[in-house]
Amino acid sequence: MRKMIAAGLAALASAGMAGAEEPVLNIYNWSDYIAPDTIPGFEKETGIKVNYDVFDSNEVVEAKMLTGSTNYDIVVPSLEFMARQAQAGVFQPIDKAALANYGNLDPKLMAIAATNDEGNTYGVPYMMYTIGIGYNRDKVAERLGSDTIDSWSALFDPEQAAKLQGCGIALLDSPSEITAAALNYLGLDPTSEKTEDLEAAMALLAKVRPYVRYFHSSQYINDLANGDICLTVGYSGDILQARNRATEAGQGVRVAYAIPKEGAQVGFDMLAIPSDAPHPENALKFIDYFLRPEVAAAVSDHVFYANVNARATPLVAAEVREDPGIYPAPEVMDKLYTARPHKQRYDRALTRAWTTLKTGQ
Amino acid sequence: MRLRALAGWLRIEGRAAVVAVPLVWLGLFFLLPFVVLAKIAVSESVIARPPYLPIWDWAEGVLNISLNFGNFQFLTEDPLYLLAYLGSLKMAAVSTVIALLIGYPMAYVIARAPSNRRNILLMLVVLPFWTSFLLRVYAWIGILKGNGLLNGLLMATGIIHEPLVILQTDFAVYLGIVYSYLPFMILPLYSTLVKLDEALLEASADLGARPFVTFVTVTLPLSVPGIIAGALLVFIPAVGEFVIPALLGGPKTLMIGSVLWNEFFSNRDWPVASAVAIVMLVVLVLPIGLLQRTQSEKEENA
Repeated sequence: MRKMIAAGLAALASAGMAGAEEPVLNIYNWSDYIAPDTIPGFEKETGIKVNYDVFDSNEVVEAKMLTGSTNYDIVVPSLEFMARQAQAGVFQPIDKAALANYGNLDPKLMAIAATNDEGNTYGVPYMMYTIGIGYNRDKVAERLGSDTIDSWSALFDPEQAAKLQGCGIALLDSPSEITAAALNYLGLDPTSEKTEDLEAAMALLAKVRPYVRYFHSSQYINDLANGDICLTVGYSGDILQARNRATEAGQGVRVAYAIPKEGAQVGFDMLAIPSDAPHPENALKFIDYFLRPEVAAAVSDHVFYANVNARATPLVAAEVREDPGIYPAPEVMDKLYTARPHKQRYDRALTRAWTTLKTGQ
Repeated sequence: MRLRALAGWLRIEGRAAVVAVPLVWLGLFFLLPFVVLAKIAVSESVIARPPYLPIWDWAEGVLNISLNFGNFQFLTEDPLYLLAYLGSLKMAAVSTVIALLIGYPMAYVIARAPSNRRNILLMLVVLPFWTSFLLRVYAWIGILKGNGLLNGLLMATGIIHEPLVILQTDFAVYLGIVYSYLPFMILPLYSTLVKLDEALLEASADLGARPFVTFVTVTLPLSVPGIIAGALLVFIPAVGEFVIPALLGGPKTLMIGSVLWNEFFSNRDWPVASAVAIVMLVVLVLPIGLLQRTQSEKEENA
């Protein structure tokens, strides 16, 4: 007991010191999205105790951030979500002067991120992902005659989708991502909010809807690895994790990931500091630590997502760096598009159309 | 004399205290959240923190109150909400009937079992609660999925040759709800059946009634309170169920829980989401309140 009081007094004393924050940092990140030694390395070096919480959906983060007083110092929403939350005053601008390693970031990718975060004000990119097609090579070869998919037509052409129906098609339960892919396939602007474009995308999706077994945003990882489904639209890193699990399981399931030739959505998950963060200085220290090439490279090696750190790329393991599903080739990069935050009216129309698509109501 | 007065006072105070506990509980955990919900339901959604406008503001000595009932009106404009309410009610009603059909015989057998075995049987009914609800629903995924236990068994025995699609269907949702809530049906049924006076059954038999007639004319009517309690305990949570249809259901399963989720998370429209929740509460509370009133009137008359 006496020890506890002493510790409490010590904590009070250190909190009372001018300007110094208590050595604590509260991070809220996606699940399975960090290397095992990232946090211990930071704690050891700085003496800051990290409380690490995880989430698995942007929507849940947004609901928490909009409620306020979350006590988090760093959250990692996707770019288009962060952009809207920043409009609501949820985040504080990043003090770039406090980040010695900020210059390591790839200017080309930062320019893409800046389309949703003007001047890269509120966020530092954590990892980059694409949304493409994951598939079971052998089952696809059996039904389509080739064990490689390179086009969205495997999904959006009703004839091909019908052939794959028996072995299972899954889609992300995320209307904006799937609708953007459909718009892009139709040659329309994937960020369009026009009613007629939404109708065209839904008409395309309705034709293949009978062949879709389910809509879910994470179930497909296991199902693809186990061979329960043979085609899914999903996040690059998730599908590559499914590929690795399938290899480890040794059941003969071969999973592959494709960024279709028509193009795909590229996204960024952003390190952002809430405006009411209790430890903003420690948050900046962590962001600067993450911007070191070796730290970012270790995370990419572990989670199979590309980081946005130009100096980290040579340090990333060859199998990750040379995987075109993780680090797309430059000519593929040019075909990628980013999502934009929607107007609320459009979100409502989109959700409604999506419900119609799924339930027929 | 003074002592007696004190005792009387204590008795009244004691009664008040006993009544106060559930009242405070209801006030804190039902009424207060409901008021908060009602407040958000008549607000307007904005991009801000929190994402809705305050319903009153105080400016230069003037109190402005603005209530937006458009959210409730909005629910009538799109048939989606009505269909989702009906879908949920149907799902819950069918599940309740199935749970009753399975639970009644189980409760009956337990109530008729020798008293030393009853406790073991009751414990077996409650045993699943020792595992987290979520884990048990996940276990059903493992059983029902294409490469799962059930399909494996059926294929190994040669009954089927292609795996059946059971997961992601309405059938899986019924299964999940009935499985999860069955104990809530069995326990109240058991407690009414176990109190049933066996002399009544003997009298019925003595008067020449066959077992089936005895069951229909004696046992069943006397167990109605248990049936009602069990049915409510299954029906009410099943209507608002979100987890089971989300994990086991298919894309076609339209229930109010998922509509609510969409309004809150996908549309970020907290006011409309709150309105959906309030309507759901009214849809549930009104019939249940009426049922209880007729029930207690009946008991008073009896």
